[in-house]
Amino acid sequence: MKHVHGPEMSNEQLAEYTPRIEGLARDHGLSFYPVDFELVPNQFMMEVAVYGLPVRMPHWSFGVRYIYQYIQHRMGNSKIFEVVFPGNPNRAYLVDDNALPENTLVTAHVLGHADFSCNNQLFDRMQREVGFHIVEQAAERASRIQDAIETHGQRRVEAVLDAALALEANIDVNQPLNRRDFPEMEEPRVRPRPQGFQRHYSELPGEETEEEPQRRRPAAIPPQPEYDLLWFIARYAPELEGWERDIFLAVREESFYFYPVFACQIMNEGWASYWHARLLREAEFLPHQVYLDAIKTHSDVVRPYAGDDAVALRVNPYHLGFSIWERILRDCSLDEALAIRRDEDDFSFIRNYLDEDLAAELELFNYTRRPGAGGEERYIIRDREIDALRENIIGPKFNYGAPRIYVRSMGVDGSLELAHDTDTDGRGLDINRSRKVLNYIQRVWRRPVRLETVDHAGDTKVLEPEDTDPEKA
Amino acid sequence: MRDEDRQPVSRMAVKNRWYDLFSRGARDWLRHNEKVREAVRDQLSDMVTGSDILSRPGDRTVQVPVRFMEHYRFRLRDPHEDDGVGQGSGQPGDVYRTGGQPRRGQGGSEGGSGEGEMQFVLEFQVDDIVDWIWQELELPDLKPKTADALQDDELTPEGWDKRGPRARLDRRRTVKEAVKRRAVQTDPVPFTDDDLRYRQLSRRRRPAMNAVVAFILDVSASMDANRRKLAKAFFFWASQGLRRQYGNIETVFVAHTNEAWEFTEEEFFQISATGGTVASSGFRKVQEIFSERYQPSQYNQYVFYASDGDNFADDRDAAEALAMELGNQVNFMGFVETPQNRFEAARSETGRLFKSLEARNYPVSSYTVHGNEDIWDAIRAFFRRQATSDDSQQAG
Repeated sequence: MKHVHGPEMSNEQLAEYTPRIEGLARDHGLSFYPVDFELVPNQFMMEVAVYGLPVRMPHWSFGVRYIYQYIQHRMGNSKIFEVVFPGNPNRAYLVDDNALPENTLVTAHVLGHADFSCNNQLFDRMQREVGFHIVEQAAERASRIQDAIETHGQRRVEAVLDAALALEANIDVNQPLNRRDFPEMEEPRVRPRPQGFQRHYSELPGEETEEEPQRRRPAAIPPQPEYDLLWFIARYAPELEGWERDIFLAVREESFYFYPVFACQIMNEGWASYWHARLLREAEFLPHQVYLDAIKTHSDVVRPYAGDDAVALRVNPYHLGFSIWERILRDCSLDEALAIRRDEDDFSFIRNYLDEDLAAELELFNYTRRPGAGGEERYIIRDREIDALRENIIGPKFNYGAPRIYVRSMGVDGSLELAHDTDTDGRGLDINRSRKVLNYIQRVWRRPVRLETVDHAGDTKVLEPEDTDPEKA
Repeated sequence: MRDEDRQPVSRMAVKNRWYDLFSRGARDWLRHNEKVREAVRDQLSDMVTGSDILSRPGDRTVQVPVRFMEHYRFRLRDPHEDDGVGQGSGQPGDVYRTGGQPRRGQGGSEGGSGEGEMQFVLEFQVDDIVDWIWQELELPDLKPKTADALQDDELTPEGWDKRGPRARLDRRRTVKEAVKRRAVQTDPVPFTDDDLRYRQLSRRRRPAMNAVVAFILDVSASMDANRRKLAKAFFFWASQGLRRQYGNIETVFVAHTNEAWEFTEEEFFQISATGGTVASSGFRKVQEIFSERYQPSQYNQYVFYASDGDNFADDRDAAEALAMELGNQVNFMGFVETPQNRFEAARSETGRLFKSLEARNYPVSSYTVHGNEDIWDAIRAFFRRQATSDDSQQAG
């Protein structure tokens, strides 16, 4: 390659840079499962970003997201650099028409993610649950669902996916992926052994009472509020067929897989951005121009404001995470930083490491959004109070971003009673949307379904699906 | 993992594999559009009765603005106001505005509705819509009047003759005859009069595929905008159904109070007038137009009359006479009643007239339409009846 000038700047060079960047990363104590990098066309990349997995079940809602993404892309508002799927090996996709400096930066960034997902406890637990090969598993499931479409018809499969994907975030990540069923019978009540006088009395001849045979009663299902709606429906829906259950469990498994990505986004993007900047700074083998172009891309990625704006009404997670990690690595040892990336998630990360100094330096503010008179939205800067800042940042991440809805009970007729934990969420549900979701649920539950929440006045309100005829598909 | 021997090495593949083959995004997008079409189709009656397709008779497509379908999720109620975190050097109390900007597809929207949802436009062929409705309502195809009932002369070439008008001389055939003759004659002349061959035409009868539909609308003061809209919707779909059946369909629009006028389609639905209701004026006008322009021997004739059912009592005999006359010559006559009171349907003056004609086996029927939801029942009733009466005609 020495005699040609061109290829030095082409993506072919990545094959040479990657092991060297990887070596640098390991020298700093980063550790990761191997990464399978692949350069793919932009088109494919957009799809991966939309579906969340390279091959995933078909559903029309992905089509809508795809069109949004496509329009954004065509208008130049969105540029995708990489997508990485944690696993062993990790799978990373880079865009083949992005330039070498960009892709070099992205390679280092991906290694940061790979380290994070290998060492962070939440990632590690979920990886163990789903088995380190999500990409292959999702592809396998997608092909099974494709078979189901051929066997049972698009309509029926779609009805199941409508319900399952709508409840994607209504899982209980604190439970294992493979759960046991609830006990069918109540535990027998253990009678305390007779004590004192009772004991003496019972030992008198002729007074030995036969242990009366306890009638065991069927246990309530669920025995306590059950927040994993996907699991509960998969397991207890009265008439769910095997292939339908498979779809529910497939969606649930992918949801477990996505959870750490969701719950550690700020940390994870910040960590990867910190390391791509640092690794490239230290990569002496890079041509000067590649480094300069790469660093320019870096500053585009981690900047707080879009375009020429001086104010942003959303915090860029790359920027926020990057800033917090820079502060941590400035003030602490590398070992301490590695321990933080191992032990925290966004909730604790923001609460513990976004302090008043840093918030002031980043000029973070709390705002209130109010609809204005002309339908426009007005954002009013309220204050820069630190506790409110932290809660406003992590609030939307609470409970996987979904309202806390649980199964309260199952009637003898198989009816499903759902309830909404309005105390925790602070307000009731969007009534219309919830009814539509109940429609989806009813089509798979096939027995009456109800959901209790509160209305705007705080009074209890029981919602039912719109079409109460369970036969109607 | 620090063990150097076991240190895994990442792999960088810069060559494309098979990724161009994927276009799941496009596939699912098409599926979405299909679902939107289905949804449109399910609500077709509401949508089309409300839409303005009628006012653009030349245009055979309807553009229906549709929203992206939403895949619903549980969501908390929108708070009156909500809080967030921003970044920048503003002071407490500073206000920023976004001009109703979409929260998701920033800038990608053309519809800028408050919710910031993107809209797109799906184009439907009116013919497709009609086909859907026919499938949906399981409507039968109509049959034109049977051969002996309605015929149309048609001249078809049939054989040759030695005499005929010059214009129909068949030169090729004539030369053939001459060649044959010359082959057997010893000293032939080039042509004789006997060689001449003229194309022969014969008069054939065939069933007429022409149809005319007359729409009579009562525009007296009691027919308010809503009733007219219902009548219009019924008229439109009835004419579309007939158009589906007949290759060549013409429409006649007549409005009446105590007088009657013919209108173009565009004008027809706009007009309003004051005055009493004299149904016979409308019938008479149609009768005139039919006899001038659409002979019953050449055209399948349909008449629809929409009214709230009131008619002057003085007009009773005249209306009955004209209705019977029309009833004798048309394929079908329908009365669309948009009564003032739901419970008075078919008890009105005109309603009773049509009921009595129906009882006497005239090809007439009446339909009561109160709201959009009744239109499809009326349409269904009309076409069902048509098909069965055609069958009985044929059987007879």
